Amino acid sequence: MSKERIKISEDLYDIMPSDYQDLVKSATYGKEDRGWKDIGNSKELIEQHSLCAGCPESMAFRYILASLPNPEDTVMVGSTGCTSLVFPMVAVHNIHSLFGNQNAIASGLKRALSVRFPGRTKDVVVLAGDGATVDIGLDMTLQAWFRQEKFTTICFDNELYANTGGQESGLMQKGFVAKMAPVGKLFDKVRLPEIARESGCHYVVQCTVSKPSLVEKVIKNAVMIAREIGPTYLQLYTPCILEIGKNSMEGLQEMRDSEKPTERFAYKEYISEPAKQLLAEMAAKAQEKKAAAKQLAAQGA
Amino acid sequence: MIQYRVLPGPEHFLPPSAASMGICLPNPGEGHINGVIVPEEKAYEEAAKQFLMAKVPTLFPGPLVLWAWNEKAAKKATAIRHLYNTLKECVQPGQTPMLIPMPDYRPKYPKINPEVEINPNHPNLTIWHNKIDCCMFIGVHCHQANLSLKIIRGGTACYTMAMCAQAGHEDAMLSFRDASVEKIMKLAEWVKKLKGTVQPQLTSAKSRASN
Ligand SMILES: Cc1ncc(C[n+]2csc(CCOP(=O)(O)OP(=O)(O)O)c2C)c(N)n1
Ligand code: SF4
Ligand SMILES: [Mg+2]
Repeated sequence: MSKERIKISEDLYDIMPSDYQDLVKSATYGKEDRGWKDIGNSKELIEQHSLCAGCPESMAFRYILASLPNPEDTVMVGSTGCTSLVFPMVAVHNIHSLFGNQNAIASGLKRALSVRFPGRTKDVVVLAGDGATVDIGLDMTLQAWFRQEKFTTICFDNELYANTGGQESGLMQKGFVAKMAPVGKLFDKVRLPEIARESGCHYVVQCTVSKPSLVEKVIKNAVMIAREIGPTYLQLYTPCILEIGKNSMEGLQEMRDSEKPTERFAYKEYISEPAKQLLAEMAAKAQEKKAAAKQLAAQGA
Repeated sequence: MIQYRVLPGPEHFLPPSAASMGICLPNPGEGHINGVIVPEEKAYEEAAKQFLMAKVPTLFPGPLVLWAWNEKAAKKATAIRHLYNTLKECVQPGQTPMLIPMPDYRPKYPKINPEVEINPNHPNLTIWHNKIDCCMFIGVHCHQANLSLKIIRGGTACYTMAMCAQAGHEDAMLSFRDASVEKIMKLAEWVKKLKGTVQPQLTSAKSRASN
């Protein structure tokens, strides 16, 4: 599967805006080992964005879009929030759902795609904010996991409702005072990674997006496990620099500070037994391929 | 009761869908002009006239023809290029035919470049920017075309036409149905046939488009 399906009609090629021409010429659709290292060498699947300057969500988007294993056959489902302002600029099929409904939409979509395209791999990836995932959409989030729906849920955890000016969210830290939550959060940050594990997710990771290689690894694992086994969940810290009073250049440091072993975004991972087995098989295959390539290179030399 | 007619605007913000005002789609072999069903031949003649009268007659090819997703799409693209070239050959000095793509339907913000593309969610920006006073949609999925045609009718004075591959567009001022390579080529023939017989409306067109 590759770019054969993404061709511009020859007689109208010259009038196509250059971003579409570039997508066809040098985007990594169909590339088997696509990943974050393609950024800068090929056309990215995000054109521009309307997030605040320096918002870590933009880094997260770039790494995720570079790492999806099968972008031409992936449908992303978004929800209202800062992330939804980015989707119009994303060159992967995507659906905007009513706030909170994203996992219900994704459930129906995944099932419909498997009926409509029985022989083809179609990945569904939900990407929504913490308000959408953990508060207003919690019912839909959990029910999809209980039902073992085979798609990935990614939560951009910025610990509040950013797009509406800073209201309290379930993922906000205890005691935090936001612009529109002046009393301060009275209870602890909801432990959604643990809830995800108990609700049947086969792969759960909580981390920040400070390291592109790590984002690539967890995205690939989450999508492959969802494709083969069942629901997966990624909770990525993408701090809202605007709400926590940081400058454009300070988002990365904020993530690095928050991912230290004693901090609340220390790397956390749960993998079910069937998922572990799948990852081991994938690793063995990759190793085999590498060895074969090495042998081929040696023969050629 | 006064019968509703699909006419150049600006009608008003959020104009009604023409279907809700009783405008019906043509049957095979027919077209419609302003919401009145006519034989297809009449629609060819009127479409060619409208192109030749306009200051900036414009073709808006959509994703169904811009992307070569099958052989037929690529052939339609070739026919559209031919129609555009024919327009350029047949207009008089002062008239500027344009060919502007609608590559996809994503609501593009913060901005689009209205010089190089049209977007169905705010087509008026491209119409206003380029002072387009007559346009034809080809290869745009029906619901997006109708949305777009309604916005154009609501906010601009542009004369809209649709070369629709399905049942036609009641929200355009003139519509064909069952569009094919042959029909696009036939329209080009009509433009050639009427070359020099139609007086371009350069001054009134200018004031119309600036609305
Ligand atoms: C059904 C519904 N309820 C409420 C809103 C208002 N609303 C828009 S964005 C938003 C907050 C989004 O917060 P989050 O999901 O954390 O995303 P963020 O903006 O922080 O990335 C809310 C409540 C809405 N658009 N739709
Ligand atoms: S409000 Fe916060 S989360 Fe939203 S774009 Fe700005 S910095 Fe990013
Ligand atoms: Mg949030």
